[in-house]
Amino acid sequence: MEKSNKGVKLVGFWVSPFVQRVKWGMKLKGIEYDYIEEDIFNKSPLLSQLNPLTGKVPVLVHDGNPLPESAIILEYLDERWPHAPLLPLDPYERAQARFWARFVEEKILESTRLAALRSEGEIQEREVKLAIEHLEKMEEKLGGKSRFFFGDDTIGYVDLMMGFVAYILPVWEEITAVRILDAARFPNLAAWKNNFLNHPVIKDDLPSKDEMLTYFQWRRKVNLKKI
Amino acid sequence: MGEVKVIGGWFSPFVKRVEMALKMKGVEYEYIEVDVVNKSPLLLQHNPIHKKVPVLLHDGKSIVESAVILEYIDEVWEGPNILPKDPYERAMARFWANFIDEKCAPATRKALWSRGEEREKAVEEATQGLKILESEVKGKKFFGGDQIGYVDIIGCFLAYWFPIVDQVVGLHLFTQDKFPSLCKWADELCDNEFIKECLPDKERLVDRVRGHSQAPRSL
Repeated sequence: MEKSNKGVKLVGFWVSPFVQRVKWGMKLKGIEYDYIEEDIFNKSPLLSQLNPLTGKVPVLVHDGNPLPESAIILEYLDERWPHAPLLPLDPYERAQARFWARFVEEKILESTRLAALRSEGEIQEREVKLAIEHLEKMEEKLGGKSRFFFGDDTIGYVDLMMGFVAYILPVWEEITAVRILDAARFPNLAAWKNNFLNHPVIKDDLPSKDEMLTYFQWRRKVNLKKI
Repeated sequence: MGEVKVIGGWFSPFVKRVEMALKMKGVEYEYIEVDVVNKSPLLLQHNPIHKKVPVLLHDGKSIVESAVILEYIDEVWEGPNILPKDPYERAMARFWANFIDEKCAPATRKALWSRGEEREKAVEEATQGLKILESEVKGKKFFGGDQIGYVDIIGCFLAYWFPIVDQVVGLHLFTQDKFPSLCKWADELCDNEFIKECLPDKERLVDRVRGHSQAPRSL
C-alpha cells in the first residue's frame, strides 16, 4: 500500500532557531505534524531531495509539497491556516511586520551570530557594537507600550523571528562573555523577552540550555579553527 | 484610493519594480526623483533606518523595501494578481524572489565589479544561480506562467540591467548560448507594455555605468 503524502511534516535540527520558529508557529495554530530530526552535519538523502537548492532546514512538507525558509513557511502557515493569525490583517501593518522581520534577519541575527560564533578581537567588538545599534531600533519599536511586537496580547510573526534573542542570545553571551542585551539599556526588550519566554506555547518548547551551551561552544571553536 | 507617491532613483531596478507593479494595477502615482548618493532629506525622513530608495508613500504612510512594497501593492489594489492566489504557489514565488535577491543579485554584482580571485569566485556563483533560474523558467513564458508575476518583476534587473552592464564591463556572462531560456524570458519581459514603460534609457544607463567603471559601486 502506498504511504499517503497527506499531512504536515517538518524536517529540522534540534538547535536551529529557524526550525524553532516554525515549531512555535505550528503550535500557535494547533497544527498537527510529524517532526523529522535531521543531522545537518551528516545530511540524509531526504533533505537533498526536499531542498535541493540550499540543503538547509527547516523544510515543511505539506501534502507532499516541500517548502524551505522559515519566514516563507510562517507566511504559508498563516495563509493555509488563517485562524490565530501570525501577521496583522491590515495591509500597512503587514508591510511593517515584513519590514521588521527582514531587519531582524538581515541585521540582528547576522551581527549577533557573527559576534558570538564567528569572530574575536576587533571584529567581534565591531559586531557587538552593530548588534547593539540594531537592537536599539527594536527597543524603540516596542516603545514600552505593548507586550509583543504587533499585538498586545498575542505573539506574532515578528516575535517569532526575534525569538532567538530571548533564548539563544543569552547562551551566546555566556560562551563569549560579551553583553549585548543588557536589561538596563534595553528595558522594553527585557520585558518583551520575559513575556515571550513565559508564553505557554514558548516556554514548554525550548532546547535544553546545557545542550545549547555545549553545542554552541563547539561551533565557535570549529568556526575559529580552534579544533 | 488615496494619494500615491514613489520616491526613487531613475537608474534603480528596485525602484522600477515598484513602478511596474503600480502600472500593472493601473494605479496613478507621483514620482519623486531624489539624490540617493547624498541622501536627500526626503529619504532620511521616510526611510530613516536604511536610507534607501524605493519608498512608497500611500496617504503619507511610508512603505520601504521593494519586495515588501510589491506585496503591499498586491494586497491594497484590485487588478491583475502580482503574486499567485494559491498559498503554495505564493510561497514558491516568495522563495524564488528570495533566491534572486539573496543569491543571484549579490553574486552578479560582485561578478561585474570585483577583481581577481574574488571575481572568479563570484562569476562561478553567478553562473550557478543563473543556471538554476534557466531551468526554472525553461518551457514557460514567464516565471509567473503565462502572465508576468512577482518573480518576473523581482528578476527584471537580470533581464535588463545586468545584460547591459555585462556588455559594458566586458564580462559576457549573460549570453544566448549559455542561457537561452533566460534570454528568451528577458526579451518577452522587456517587451511587455507595463515593463517597457519603466525601463530607463539604455544609453543613459551605459553612461552611468561607464562613469562607475572608474569607481565601482553597486547598481
